[in-house]
Amino acid sequence: MTTMTGAQITIESLLAEGVDTIFGYPGGAILPTYDALVQNTALRHILVRHEQGAAHMAEGYARVSGRPGVVLVTSGPGATNTVTGIADAYMDSTPLVVICGQVPTNMIGNDAFQEADVTGITRPCTKHNYLIRDVNDISRTIKEAFHIAGSGRPGPVLIDLPKDVQAAEAPFSYPETVSIRGYKPTFKGNIRQIERALEVIEQAERPLFYVGGGVQWSGASEPLIELVRGLKIPITTTVMALGVYPSDDPLNLGMLGMHGGYWTNMAVQNCDALIAVGARFDDRVTGRTSDFAPKAEKIVHIDIDPSSISKNIKVDVPIVGDIKEVLQVMLGKVKTREQLAPRQKIWGEWRQHIMTWKQEKPLPYQTQGANGEILPRAVLEEINQITGGDAIVVTDVGQHQMWAAQMMKFSQPRSWLTSGGLGTMGYGLPAGIGAHFAAPDRQVVVISGDGSIQMNIQELSAAVQYNVPVKVVILNNHYLGMVRQWQEKFYEERYSHSYMDAMPDFVKLAEAYGAKGFRAEKSSELSATLRAAFAETGPVLVEVVIPKSEGVFPMVPAGSAMHEMLFA
Amino acid sequence: MRHTISILVENEFGVLARVAGLFSGRGFNIDSLSVAKTLDSSLSRITLVTEGDDQIVEQITKQLNKLICVIKVSDFQETPHVEREMALIKVAADERTRGEILNIIDIFRAKVIDAGPRSFVIEVTGDEGKITAILDLLKPLGVKEIVRTGKVAVQRGLQTLSATTTDNTLEQPRKVRRLR
Repeated sequence: MTTMTGAQITIESLLAEGVDTIFGYPGGAILPTYDALVQNTALRHILVRHEQGAAHMAEGYARVSGRPGVVLVTSGPGATNTVTGIADAYMDSTPLVVICGQVPTNMIGNDAFQEADVTGITRPCTKHNYLIRDVNDISRTIKEAFHIAGSGRPGPVLIDLPKDVQAAEAPFSYPETVSIRGYKPTFKGNIRQIERALEVIEQAERPLFYVGGGVQWSGASEPLIELVRGLKIPITTTVMALGVYPSDDPLNLGMLGMHGGYWTNMAVQNCDALIAVGARFDDRVTGRTSDFAPKAEKIVHIDIDPSSISKNIKVDVPIVGDIKEVLQVMLGKVKTREQLAPRQKIWGEWRQHIMTWKQEKPLPYQTQGANGEILPRAVLEEINQITGGDAIVVTDVGQHQMWAAQMMKFSQPRSWLTSGGLGTMGYGLPAGIGAHFAAPDRQVVVISGDGSIQMNIQELSAAVQYNVPVKVVILNNHYLGMVRQWQEKFYEERYSHSYMDAMPDFVKLAEAYGAKGFRAEKSSELSATLRAAFAETGPVLVEVVIPKSEGVFPMVPAGSAMHEMLFA
Repeated sequence: MRHTISILVENEFGVLARVAGLFSGRGFNIDSLSVAKTLDSSLSRITLVTEGDDQIVEQITKQLNKLICVIKVSDFQETPHVEREMALIKVAADERTRGEILNIIDIFRAKVIDAGPRSFVIEVTGDEGKITAILDLLKPLGVKEIVRTGKVAVQRGLQTLSATTTDNTLEQPRKVRRLR
């Protein structure tokens, strides 16, 4: 067996896991590992400008590739800067392996330079974390970390690696198997429960599928599409699940929840059987829980995480297991159930009913403002036209995110990246860069706002360094638009600190970073500007000026029931 | 509602902090806690008493099960079990009270483990009610200090909390009240 340093073992272990790209930033306590990295060309390292950027890039990479994203940073501030990204990954079940340097073991706890108790800080926002104290534990720990991050309900795992452990030497062999007695996710759904779920569907008159991000992580789009199309039952997706079911399929009602369509939320409130798949009944989905889906006589919930079951909403038929496996079993059983076919006539009437709601109150859409202003939905529609629904769309957080969730069209999963759980402004640009490294042949469009983009704009420099052809479209209304909208509706128009009086010239800013900048201010220039920007081969920033007071509707105010929607 | 929760965990650093964090993060107090190695020295057993809404405690139990270092969790509220705790009670003793204190000790089958010219240290074991009762009797006589252990609990009969039964998932959640 070859003897190596802890740093070399770390790099070799990553390679053994099939890692090809890592996102990071060097510093004192991780220098031995960076030194080992320079001697190894098989592992591509993307140098970020702020460690939060590294975490979001790794998230983007993971969401598109389906494999854990890897982050390498130093101790203290390097590690604490990743915490927002780690918390974001935890909320959105995104697999990350974050390796951070730590001060030497004999100095831990002594307030050493650039020391922070990182395992302590990240304990509540990681799926698991490790402090390695012995060089002999590195390879096993990395093996476990990748296993834990990527299996079951995915999530971030952090490894704290003291400098002396990186420098110490040990024989290296990468373990082939992993066995953790306290971690054994359930993959196979209980057959009796699956039968019960089918009975619920069979007896329903107004059934509805409600699917979430778990479908994407499980890779279950195919069986889901086959099942939904076979049964002809309408389906709504959470914000995390956009793309897992084709947007243009008439059975797809689009996103539900706080900014869901009127017809979609009405379908939820009027269904008599709700089949939740890989979704977690988030408060942005349910509104007031006591009035969520009040007519649903039975709720079925398929999820890999037992702690998600009956957490917010009591479920009648829980099925714990891997969604893909469960749906495949369901598909097999559906085909043998003759009682299902005659139900489709009743379900057809239900679909018709939902369509009348849609005709009654469709999403508001105008091509331009009264004085030729550019309206945000028109920007998104234009992007749909340019990309044909094939791009990877990444957003930040705020109004632009919800407009995009309502408007963007998707034909395949792993095409929509957004910070749904934590709601992290600043997620978009770095996540978009990470997405490019996972799928270099796909177009990546980042839709952002003037507030969000300024939270991690520095990563434009990384995009320039690696010539990442990401197209960033900023919907600039000079306001923290979603904050402004809440202040208008719920705080009697007292706009407390939601207006940015000073705003950078985004075109010049792009140029200062070495990227290309574009600006559109009038509706007549929109199409040509976007098309010119998208024709560029490098990173591009497009500022689109939109009216200050445009709102996102429909809207279910926080704490209201889902049918209590505002339309203006 | 009070819950006595028994948790089988890896005997490693950091595990207690993870377990405690699930309670503190929700603003739940841990009323008592005891931790020690089990027959298998790679495992520790935590017995923890907390008070809170059944539904939230159920959620915490599920989250405990999710921790990588947790092997098994059982809320003893649902299981027939016996529980004990121990207290060391330092009580002032003079010629006037000495006899009465010894009487009380006798009744409760407690023990004097240190006797000084002006004090006793008494060891008493039992369930919570018994310890409260002896304390109530001793207090008027001059209790100077008490130290109580956390509760330890074990299931009645042959049932054990063992690492060998690996299924720690809840296929059919028990006792969850309908929320709406």
